[in-house]
Formats: sequence, structure tokens, C-alpha cells
Amino acid sequence: MPDTAELLETTLAPSHKALGARMVEFGGWNMPVSYSSILEEHRAVREKAGLFDISHMGQIFVSGAGAEAWLNTTLTNDVRRLSVGHGQYTLMLNESGGTVDDLIIYRLEDLRYLLLVNASRIEDDFTWLNRRKNANITLENLSPEFGGLALQGPESETVLRRSFDEEKRPLKRNQLLITPFEGLDVILTRTGYTGEDGFELFASNELLPKLWDRLLAEGKPLGLQPCGLGARDTLRLEACYPLYGHELDSSITPLEAGLGSFLCFDKPEKFVGIDVLRKQKQEGLSRKSVALQVLGNGAPPRAQYPVLKDGQRIGEVTSGSHSPTLKRGIALALIDSAHAEAGTLLEILVRERPVSVQVVKKPFYRSSSL
Amino acid sequence: MNHPDTLLYSDTHEWLSVHDGIGTVGITDHAQNALSDVVFVELPKPGKVVKRKDPTAAVESVKAASDIYAPVSGEIIEVNSGLSQNPEWVNGSPYEQGWIFKIKLSQPEETSTLKKASDYVAGLGH
Repeated sequence: MPDTAELLETTLAPSHKALGARMVEFGGWNMPVSYSSILEEHRAVREKAGLFDISHMGQIFVSGAGAEAWLNTTLTNDVRRLSVGHGQYTLMLNESGGTVDDLIIYRLEDLRYLLLVNASRIEDDFTWLNRRKNANITLENLSPEFGGLALQGPESETVLRRSFDEEKRPLKRNQLLITPFEGLDVILTRTGYTGEDGFELFASNELLPKLWDRLLAEGKPLGLQPCGLGARDTLRLEACYPLYGHELDSSITPLEAGLGSFLCFDKPEKFVGIDVLRKQKQEGLSRKSVALQVLGNGAPPRAQYPVLKDGQRIGEVTSGSHSPTLKRGIALALIDSAHAEAGTLLEILVRERPVSVQVVKKPFYRSSSL
Repeated sequence: MNHPDTLLYSDTHEWLSVHDGIGTVGITDHAQNALSDVVFVELPKPGKVVKRKDPTAAVESVKAASDIYAPVSGEIIEVNSGLSQNPEWVNGSPYEQGWIFKIKLSQPEETSTLKKASDYVAGLGH
């Protein structure tokens, strides 16, 4: 882990410190883990609204003639389905079907796209894309110039409407709009990583503190709270969204991670890794990512704890926590697919003690607004 | 933060209060505040014999698990079973409702290895 001295800070770092945030290292960045308490911030997002600094995330722009076909060989989903102003969740794979990154791609213009990538993956993604590109493709990593905010929760739309001067036409899930704020452009998208309705906003570092202050001020009367990475993690885990480095990595395929619906096998272009995934599909998976719920009042599971069936190790926890909504331990675990059926009783080893868990259907939590 | 003068403190942020050879153990106000929301407490079994500095219980916040070390050697004679249903007592009342276990001291002289409140607070560095 890098020294604190080497960590990157977002333009909002002074605001976080002024709000009394506890800071932690994440993907090379010094980020707020919580301001008040993780439980309180989690509840704010489920019931009202929360505002997150997501400036650590990466923005890579792709343009040029042939961008559509090239992206379709590079990413698993089908970008041909995107009209301008729309986005989709997709994955970038290596030749052995393992995951380079998971990301959201937006079509900004006919031949210009935005990739929103994980903070810890920006450099590797950019290197990977550059290695694969041809002369017709232009790649720009503008991550250092952009900051980002996630406004999440049932009150998000109201907070947004009150924060911008002009009336917004309603955005649907995964849609994008470029809109002015104090004379500068903001990329506004209706998406998120919490399992609630919400928006992500990307703007120049210069504009970001003003945007943060405005959203906080307009949101406060509606119950909005600033939220850290702690709540972001419990929220995404309840919604069963994968976290790169946990549910996905260079050796885990999207089929194993349960993300098959984001793989487009029948588009005209073959995406990198498709042969391995076709084979996995035909032959069946040997391991699978499942949702586990602790039975009764057991200790919360944590990443890397062993998962057992009849005393035999069958896999391990990839992410685990106490679920503030269910008020019990929950986990995602990569296990032998013979035991992946919902209802199966398993055990997780916590400090040498077995804790009883059950395989349950994903997700743990589904919002009525999504 | 509150660190009563009547208690003894370990470097690993447990407190100890001894009466008639029986010690009561919990975690300090500083520790509960650093952990934030406690969501689970793993209690030792009464009858268990532990040595000073043995991991004896565990406290889990939303984000992470932390071991609780025995500040003195002895036999666990009672645990705060109310914490199974109310782990948040550790945050709300670290010195009263949130006590974790009681231990019958086998080597009472070990209490001299612990700090008084003023030294413990000075060691926190802020």
C-alpha cells in the first residue's frame, strides 16, 4: 500500500476535511470512508439521498471513424445498440476471458464515446486500449482533468432539479446529457452504484467544488448527507454490483461473476476472450459467484474468508459485510458451482469458527424505483 | 472523549476495572469512536483460560474486524450476552452497558503493566 504522502487527492479534499471525514486509501487515492457513520449514510441513500465524491474514477474518450466496430471487438456488450446520449454497462476482457475492467460506455456523438472506468484500473485500461487500437482510433485519458459526483437515493431527482438553473428534460436510466452549470459543461448521467435511483455528474476540477456545495445545500433540507466509500461499498454489495479486484479480476470471467447478460455473443464483431467464454458456456462453469446470507446472528463475512461445505473448502468470500438493510451478514463468494443453487446451506470460516450461511438469489436488495 | 480516571488502560485500547480480584473488560471511548458502528461482538466462552495479550473477543464494525486482547491473565467468568442483540452498546456506552467480559485474575500483579487514564490519553497523541 502506498504511503499517505504519495496518495492522490481530489479537488474536494478540503471539503471532506472540513466536514470531518475519516479518510482511507483506495486505488491510490486518499478518499473519505465516512463523514458521520456508515450506517447513517447508508440509510440516507436508501431513504433520502447521499452525495459521493467519485473523482477518482477514470474518463477515457474514444473517437474516430470505425470507433463503433473497434469498440465492439474490445468490449463485450454491443455498442451498436447505443444511440447518442445513451450508455451501457460492459466489460473489457483479456485473451483468456479474464476481466481487464468493468465500465460504463456512453455514446457522446456519432463517432465519440466516453468510457467511465475504475480508479484502480485507469493506467492498465489505457495501456490495454492503446495496444489494441488502430490508426483510425483516437484515445484520450482525461481522468486527471475531470472530477465526479454521485447523487444517489430517492430524493436525487428533486435535489438535481433544485440545483440547476434551467429545467432538465427527464433522463432515463443510463442516459446522458451535457448541461451548463455556472457557464461550464457538466456531463450528467442517470446511473449509479448503490441500487437506488440517482445520477453521476462529471465536470472540470475547477467546477467540482461549486457543484458539490450546491448539491449539498439544496439536498440538506431533503435529508441528503455526504457519503463516503464505506456506505458506497455496503450499498453496492446489497445490490450485488461487482467490485473490480474482488468479484472480477484478470482471472475471473464475467460468466463466473454472473454477468452473462452483458456479453453479446451474436454481434458481428468477435470481442476479445469470446472463444474462452463460448467454451465455458458449452461445458458449464466450474465456479460461480453467489450471494450468501448469514443465518441468525453470526459474525459478518469478510473478503478471503474460506467457504465450506461439509467441512471441505469450496471457495472463498470475495466481498463481505454487515448489511445495514437486512441487519445481518452478507457476502458475495466465488465457489464450486456444484453448491451454487439458491437454498444450499454452507459455512463461512470466521476466526476458525464456522458460521452458517445460505445461498440466496441476487440481489440482497432491490429498490422499487429501479 | 471520555477516559475515566478510575480505570486502567492497555496499549491495544481495552479498559480494565478490578474489584475483589475480578476484572471487567471493554474497549475505550477512543477505540469505539475509531471503529465507528459496531455491528457484531464475538464473546469468549465462560470458563476459558486466557493469558495476557491473548486475542479473547472480537468487535466488528461495518468495515472491519478487530481483536480484543485480554489485558490480564485469568479465567473468563462472565460475558455480556446482551451484546449479541445490542452490539451498538459498545459505541453508546463503552464503560457501562458495553462491557465485554469479566475475568478472574490469576496474576493480579499484571495490572502494573497497564496505564492510568492520563498516560493512555497522552499516548493517543492528539
